[in-house]
Amino acid sequence: MYLKSTVAAVLAAAAWAMPASAQDNTLKIPGVLELSGAGAISGTNFRDGIVMAIEDINAAGGVLGKKLVFETVDTASDPGKARAAIQRALDDKPTVIFGPVFSGSVNATLPMTNEAQIPQIIGGEAANITSQGSKYIFRTSFGQNVSMPKIANYLRDGVKAKSLAIVYVNNDFGKGGRNAIMKELESRGIKVAADLSIEAGQADFAADVVKVKAASADAVFVYLNEEESARFLIEAKKQGLDKPLIGETTLLGQKVIDLAKEAANGVKGHVGLTIDAPSPLVAEFAKKFEAKFKYKPDHNGMKGYLGAYMFKTAAEKAGKLDPVAIAAAMHGLTVTPDKVPGILIEATWDDTGEIDRISYLAEVKDGKQVITQTLPKLK
Amino acid sequence: MTDFIQLIIAGLATGAIYALAAVGFTLLWQTSQTINFAQGEFVMLPAFFCLAGIKFFGLPFPIAALVAILLSMLVLGVIFKFAVVDPLMKQGTLPLVISTIGLAILLREGVKETYSAEAQRFPSFFPNVNLGTAGFNVSADQVGVLIVATGTILLLAWFLASTKTGRQMQATAQNPTVARILGVNVERMVLYTFLINGALAAMASLLISPIYLAKFSSGETLGLVAFVAAIVGGFNQVRGAIVGGFLVGIIDNLVAAYVSSTYRQAVPLALLVLIILLRPQGLLGRAEERAV
Amino acid sequence: MSRTLKIALGVLLIAIFIVGPADLTGFGIPWTGLKRYGTYILTLWLVTAVAAMGVNLIVGYAGQETLAQAAFLGIGAFTTTLLQKAGLPFGLCFIASGLVCFLVGIILGFPALRVQKHYLAFVTLAFSVFVWLVIRNEEWLTGGVNGIQGIKRPVLFGISLRPALYYYWLVLTLTAVLTGMMWWLLRSPWGRAFTALRENSVRAESLGIDVRGYTLMAFAIGSGYGGFAGAMYAPLVEFIDPSPFALGASLQYLLMVVAGGAGSFVGPFVGAAVSVLLPEWLRFAEGFYLIIFALLVMLLMAFCPTGIVGLFERLTTKARRPHADDKGPTLGTGTGSTTVAGSKS
Repeated sequence: MYLKSTVAAVLAAAAWAMPASAQDNTLKIPGVLELSGAGAISGTNFRDGIVMAIEDINAAGGVLGKKLVFETVDTASDPGKARAAIQRALDDKPTVIFGPVFSGSVNATLPMTNEAQIPQIIGGEAANITSQGSKYIFRTSFGQNVSMPKIANYLRDGVKAKSLAIVYVNNDFGKGGRNAIMKELESRGIKVAADLSIEAGQADFAADVVKVKAASADAVFVYLNEEESARFLIEAKKQGLDKPLIGETTLLGQKVIDLAKEAANGVKGHVGLTIDAPSPLVAEFAKKFEAKFKYKPDHNGMKGYLGAYMFKTAAEKAGKLDPVAIAAAMHGLTVTPDKVPGILIEATWDDTGEIDRISYLAEVKDGKQVITQTLPKLK
Repeated sequence: MTDFIQLIIAGLATGAIYALAAVGFTLLWQTSQTINFAQGEFVMLPAFFCLAGIKFFGLPFPIAALVAILLSMLVLGVIFKFAVVDPLMKQGTLPLVISTIGLAILLREGVKETYSAEAQRFPSFFPNVNLGTAGFNVSADQVGVLIVATGTILLLAWFLASTKTGRQMQATAQNPTVARILGVNVERMVLYTFLINGALAAMASLLISPIYLAKFSSGETLGLVAFVAAIVGGFNQVRGAIVGGFLVGIIDNLVAAYVSSTYRQAVPLALLVLIILLRPQGLLGRAEERAV
Repeated sequence: MSRTLKIALGVLLIAIFIVGPADLTGFGIPWTGLKRYGTYILTLWLVTAVAAMGVNLIVGYAGQETLAQAAFLGIGAFTTTLLQKAGLPFGLCFIASGLVCFLVGIILGFPALRVQKHYLAFVTLAFSVFVWLVIRNEEWLTGGVNGIQGIKRPVLFGISLRPALYYYWLVLTLTAVLTGMMWWLLRSPWGRAFTALRENSVRAESLGIDVRGYTLMAFAIGSGYGGFAGAMYAPLVEFIDPSPFALGASLQYLLMVVAGGAGSFVGPFVGAAVSVLLPEWLRFAEGFYLIIFALLVMLLMAFCPTGIVGLFERLTTKARRPHADDKGPTLGTGTGSTTVAGSKS
């Protein structure tokens, strides 16, 4: 009787593995994203951004006459599962793959898309993603290799800090950012007074804030995910930490402000991509997104949205739905909002897939992110 | 030195909340041999009862909190006992353990799908003011949490030791057969234990959520901490669970501050293993004997 | 089912396992085989089943609880990866991974099994978290949060096993060998002692069986199977990082073995199938997948604690002579009742 059950299981497995028939006038777009686990919020934002963009693109006639059909696979925020999901997507010989968002998962999967020569449009920000020589990886936001020098400049020129305490979350995102900024600080003569790692999902920050205070640095660089950022800010206020708190994108995000309330006031830093950017297109995007999905998008929602438009522009430039030609068209591509409003803010991709665009210095005042300065494109 | 005292106070405040969860854990084990792998989710859920009361029914916070406690006693006490534990009692420990692991997933994902995947801000009973001086910070929040949590535990200890029902519950925990012969309504006492666990989990939830934020996944960490606290204290002793909770809270803070923040989770666990090796009955527990 | 039919079905099944994922169109059979992803999932199922077999020995036969199988998988995966980087052939890495986990199992189980029931569960829980922390923190050894990239699949007789199908065949062979060893172990006088132990440990002890020794060996061998599984896992995924070896994954192993049918020989294979293949089948449910999964597990435990295998038997066979394997685990009822001596003071 064991045999019977095993036969049944094998037959069922075979049935599931049968290939699905392809349709004519559609183009399947796979999205390999963090829909559950630690990256669920980022992955869901990224997905919904793509969903919204694809609806708009299809309503306007699709890409090269084909309607896009978006299909997601969940990675559960696990790099090993992300590899399996990318394999699954590659088996269907796609034209492009969207995701993942987490750098660890991107690093685990980029050799696969490079080998298969399929463009991969990602949300990951780790510095080393674009330095591994893949011709098929494309960012939708700054890598830490771009944002950290901007932060370091701001610390030297704006904050005039001589010493810095770094608080980072001990995962691929936090560790990558911490390593990237360490490199930048040295050449700018800023000493690291404290280097503190905290756990993802950590709740009690009493000990960490005590250590930051004891380091008596000129400023504190806080590089954590949303919830940990909020908890840290609340504890810092409770313990009366009076040093400038500096962050990168996340720390000044609306989610952190909503959670930390008055404890977020006074936080300053660099913002790569934000729904508070002074642009009518961005404001319109945010409004439409919230009306459609009943929640406020974060920068990952913007990344998914503009990523889809980047693909459309590159495919039209290439003139055919060929992955290699599209990847080649993306290198050196500049997309401007006057021609493609969906790109939101003018952006350029270089030969490594790195993105260049304007960014902002901002601070939190009375529970709102306020842009204090616009930093120009690097090139 | 002021840092050290501050860390101890912060550790006591969170430790008191851990103790609430650990005591409930121990009570369930004592009376029904339930190792509840969903205990962390039990602490996560009541905050969402409260938030839902505020958001969907417009209840003022104190009323919503009260409703959350009552609802927890119903859902995490009565329904948990009759729908999950009772059908599995006869099957032995392991199927029940597996079922509570399943329940943990169910509660976690249920909250995520029905309420939100994002962390939620949670109101506090206490004002966020500093009671100390400029160099020495003790927030009213911490003191409030410490007083309420310790008060709840003392009340429970008094109830168990000094009321008739409490003593009957203890008798049930120690030897249900003898208790039954002596005329104790064992089934009712077991039900009371589940009710108390539900209420303790709700208290812990309401106290911890203003600091930790309310999030569907926060039960994973909390469950592990409650589990460790209960075993460190002896696993079969309410007093042990209380001491275990405070100890884990303080050690966690001191280790993070003075030893290593990357290995802070390991220290309470190392303590756990040491205690198992050197004092298998726990810090304050007594040896269990095998009934043949 | 007649004996010949059984044998015929068995041969057919083995044949399906061997050629099932392969492309047979070249032989005139209209079957294009599985794509790379399908083969990957099938291989992952075998790897998971090997680790689950180890858990089954510990839980289903020796009546203990382990919460560290994923950690042993991790130790095995990193042992193989690091030894491979040092230039050792896969065969040696594979054996070393199993051996290391076996030894760690002895060291961990020896003190833990000295004391009463459930303490092995507590010690393995602590061990599990500790192993994860070491993998995450010790970047010089394990690559930390970024993990290790580019793990090579082995080369056998000059043939690279990089193609998904070839690697599947290697894993299938190793799984068959490990399954055979487990079968032999459970049928040997040794294994009979396990069965006696599971049925009634007190009686087994009075019959002169060294309960503690046997339990310890069961735990160490079961953990060794975790190491073997890890050795096959790393080259399969070609990338390892801390996340698949966390405590949650260990709970998942315990869950899949009990849900599959603890104490039944095919239980681990069924449990692993549930854990690896069910997410594929329930993909339509998206976020509700885990809710459905959790509810199914809870219902299964309430109505059929002997797991899916037990359920299947209950549905297909009417009251038959009870067979040692069919009974499922007694799971704690035999040894678990405890009383507290003395009074509370």
